[in-house]
Amino acid sequence: MSKNNSEYLIERNDNVYEVVIGLEVHAQVTSNSKLFSSSSTKFGAEPNTQVSLVDAAFPGMLPVINEFCVKQAIKTGIGLKAKINNKSVFDRKNYFYADLPQGYQISQYKYPIVGEGNVILDMPEGQKQVGIERLHLEQDAGKSIHDIDPSNTLVDLNRSGVALMEIVSKPDLRSPDEVNAYIKKLRSIMRYLGTCDGNMQEGSLRADVNVSVRIKGSTDLGTRCEIKNVNSIKFMQMAIIYEANRQVDLIEEGQEIDQETRLFDTKKNETRSMRSKEDAHDYRYFPDPDLLPLEVTDEFIDKLKSEIPELPDDKKKRFIDEFKVSPYDATILVSDIDTAKYFEEVVAKMGKNRDMKLAVNWITGELFAVLNEKNIEIAQSPISAKNLAKLINLIKNGTISGKIAKTIFELMLDGDIDPQIIVEEKGLKQESDPKALEALIDKIINDNREKAIEYKQGKEKLFGFFVGQAMKASGGKANPQLINEILKKKL
Amino acid sequence: MSEITSLTLYELIKNIKEKKISSNEAAKSFVDRAEKSKKINVYVTENFENCLKLSKEFDDKPNFDLKLPGIPIAVKDLFCTNEVRTTAGSNILNNFVPTYESTVTQNIWNEGGILLGKLNCDEFAMGSSNETSYFGNVQNPIAEDLVPGGSSGGSSAALAANLTPVTIGTDTGGSIRQPASFTGTVGLKPTYGSCSRYGIVAFASSLDQAGPMSKDVKDSSILLEVISSFDKKDSTSIDFKRNNYSSELTRNIKGLKIGIPKEYRVDGMPDEIEKLWKKGIEYAKDCGAEIVDISLPHTSYALPTYYIVAPAEASSNLARYDGVKYGLRSSGKNLIDMYEKTRSEGFGEEVKRRVMIGTYVLSSGYYDAYYLKAQKVRQLIKQDFDQAYNKVDAILTPSTPSSAFKIGEKSNDPVSMYLNDIFTVPVNLAGLPGISIPAGVDKNNYPLGLQIIGKPFDEQTVLNIAYSMEEKINYKNNITDWWMK
Repeated sequence: MSKNNSEYLIERNDNVYEVVIGLEVHAQVTSNSKLFSSSSTKFGAEPNTQVSLVDAAFPGMLPVINEFCVKQAIKTGIGLKAKINNKSVFDRKNYFYADLPQGYQISQYKYPIVGEGNVILDMPEGQKQVGIERLHLEQDAGKSIHDIDPSNTLVDLNRSGVALMEIVSKPDLRSPDEVNAYIKKLRSIMRYLGTCDGNMQEGSLRADVNVSVRIKGSTDLGTRCEIKNVNSIKFMQMAIIYEANRQVDLIEEGQEIDQETRLFDTKKNETRSMRSKEDAHDYRYFPDPDLLPLEVTDEFIDKLKSEIPELPDDKKKRFIDEFKVSPYDATILVSDIDTAKYFEEVVAKMGKNRDMKLAVNWITGELFAVLNEKNIEIAQSPISAKNLAKLINLIKNGTISGKIAKTIFELMLDGDIDPQIIVEEKGLKQESDPKALEALIDKIINDNREKAIEYKQGKEKLFGFFVGQAMKASGGKANPQLINEILKKKL
Repeated sequence: MSEITSLTLYELIKNIKEKKISSNEAAKSFVDRAEKSKKINVYVTENFENCLKLSKEFDDKPNFDLKLPGIPIAVKDLFCTNEVRTTAGSNILNNFVPTYESTVTQNIWNEGGILLGKLNCDEFAMGSSNETSYFGNVQNPIAEDLVPGGSSGGSSAALAANLTPVTIGTDTGGSIRQPASFTGTVGLKPTYGSCSRYGIVAFASSLDQAGPMSKDVKDSSILLEVISSFDKKDSTSIDFKRNNYSSELTRNIKGLKIGIPKEYRVDGMPDEIEKLWKKGIEYAKDCGAEIVDISLPHTSYALPTYYIVAPAEASSNLARYDGVKYGLRSSGKNLIDMYEKTRSEGFGEEVKRRVMIGTYVLSSGYYDAYYLKAQKVRQLIKQDFDQAYNKVDAILTPSTPSSAFKIGEKSNDPVSMYLNDIFTVPVNLAGLPGISIPAGVDKNNYPLGLQIIGKPFDEQTVLNIAYSMEEKINYKNNITDWWMK
């Protein structure tokens, strides 16, 4: 196994294999009500409290499309630079399961609402484009709970009928790192659009992972296995590594790979067979006769286009062009919409004399460290963008030193305190009066005559000693630049 | 009191409005007669006590502005009725009591109608003789041991036996018109999308349509006006301007062009049907209509198309009856075993047959050859009608290829049973309005019906032609109340 940047190759007996990955991401549409009923979609409610007669498939109940979910899917399609289809069709995918009340899932099979598009990944070695095959709308099923009652399976239908977008990629991904970048980019785009919160813990984002391997350089696709319903990026990566190696081993042993559906066992870190191609369900797809084909006009799509906010790729470009932020920093700042918002607010509050480098460093350095430590999102930042901007401006205009700023930053955490007030109350203002500093330095030189002589004789290292003494004597408040200037003159 | 039950809906409304009959008197008459008519087995669930109570409440606070002021009405047991058991004629829903009301029945109650009870029907409306009902055969009031037609057999029998002034059925392939024809009554299947399907137990969603069944054409026009409405809860409901069907009803059909499709002259059709049709053509001419020969070239494919499309949709629509959420549940070793036992015990033979046919035609490898092909043929059948309507205003055909048959006569021969729908299914496949009116009798004195098919949303013309011909035909059922003797 070798690793070069994000490349992932498997070496066995002089053969070098690459892995080919395609993802079917199931993203829950951000919507207050379900795809075909008015029930709430709120997460975490008591079981079976968000279930309408339609969701529970009572006799004579009929689905009625939720226009908001349609708009969300189209917006997502626009975010994926994809073709929006003026006409799409809802089909029934028929199978029996206890948590599937209708006995079929309403999905889109032949005619999805969104066609081909693409997503740009920022990889260490450069940008990579991943093709999107399609995006379609479908209903989620309920949840079967097997571990509450010893002899019965219980069913919670709260999720039944919740709108999902299934986003199918082309088999363009080649490594666990690319999968990581792809999922994060997809999630970022959808969060910008407000179409999916991307919360993997709550199951808002899950994926079926299709994996095959082939000798590097080959253009043929190998037989693929589909790993069902993986609900974290880490597990996706683990599943891919396990599955790719399993397939390589089989090939090296001269065996065939069976096209099959597999499950990833997170405890044992292995995939295992769920059903073979021969046992695959015959879903008997056919157009749902309860629903008319979904038709959207160009005007409808154009109106939605006009509502699309600036997306990560454009924002990144603007940060680079307008704010002169490095591409590396820009990628970090735009990856999450709330970070980008925070950054832009800091920039706005800094006013005319803004210092971008300081802003980027303070956000990605000190602030991120605090957020990580407290395990919170930037939207819950204990320091507001307004006060962070003030702090940066205090550094920029020489009121405080960078070192003092770190002390003030710590104090600000306790209730988002205005740094100006801390400076005044604690007397932390930087000493920039040359006369006062000269007096201070004269005293230090007097107290350390021998060292001053050594310095003059060429022991230049001692300069740092005098700076340190001066800072110490000023309680850290002395303007370092002035100290330097005065020391050079006096020594 | 017997004269109350033999009144038409129009007459009953008039009497109630003129306070000659109270709602409670009417309810009592129908309940009393029902008590003496158990033998014909029209009721699956009686709502008599509640009906008497509600009729009294109506009389205490009458509102004569309503279109059905205090009128007791029994409905097919395919309509979900709030707090009243709804079985769809099936064991699998034997214990099912909805907490909601179908839009069509709600429309009736909103206009003052009062539920008498739920009428027997073929299981999930799959049948042409009411013999597939879990709740037993229904007797045709015309003669003992004669089927009342199906699937709305309880509805047609209740009407003919004067057990309800008017009723509603559902028609997927002829389930309103064929039983109307078999019982000497009137049955109208409206344009697909005219009456909401919300709350109606689904058989084949793209074909199902509720409609009025009545003793004469005027009554159907009154009831259609009540039940037809645009409903946002049904995505296939259509928002078109509905006529005031009863007040716009006229016998003036002079100059209307009525088409006679040559393809409906099928092989082996009894002579008396041919004669009836010819008689119908003469009546139409007498009414001032112009008769035009037309062709509907794909007619012979309608029945096979129907028997692919309808079972396909049914196989999926009936998947929800799995013992998990409501209805019958048989115990099983595990989930699959429970499914199998529940559905084996819950569904009857005809339902199982259609679920299997539907599953087959949708299966991978067969989908294109059956379901997809059938959908294409369905388009051709629609186009046949579109083209015909460039030349004519309506089409006249027999309603059925024969009169009512004996109970048990065809129950072991599904294909011969399916042939009953030969003249009615093309209308469902094309989504058109069609009415069956009684037009004569066969050699046994069993009623025979004629069907008038209209343009989409043109129920008014269909009703007007029927109204006009009805006067000329002047058909009267000869019901002897044999079941009471």
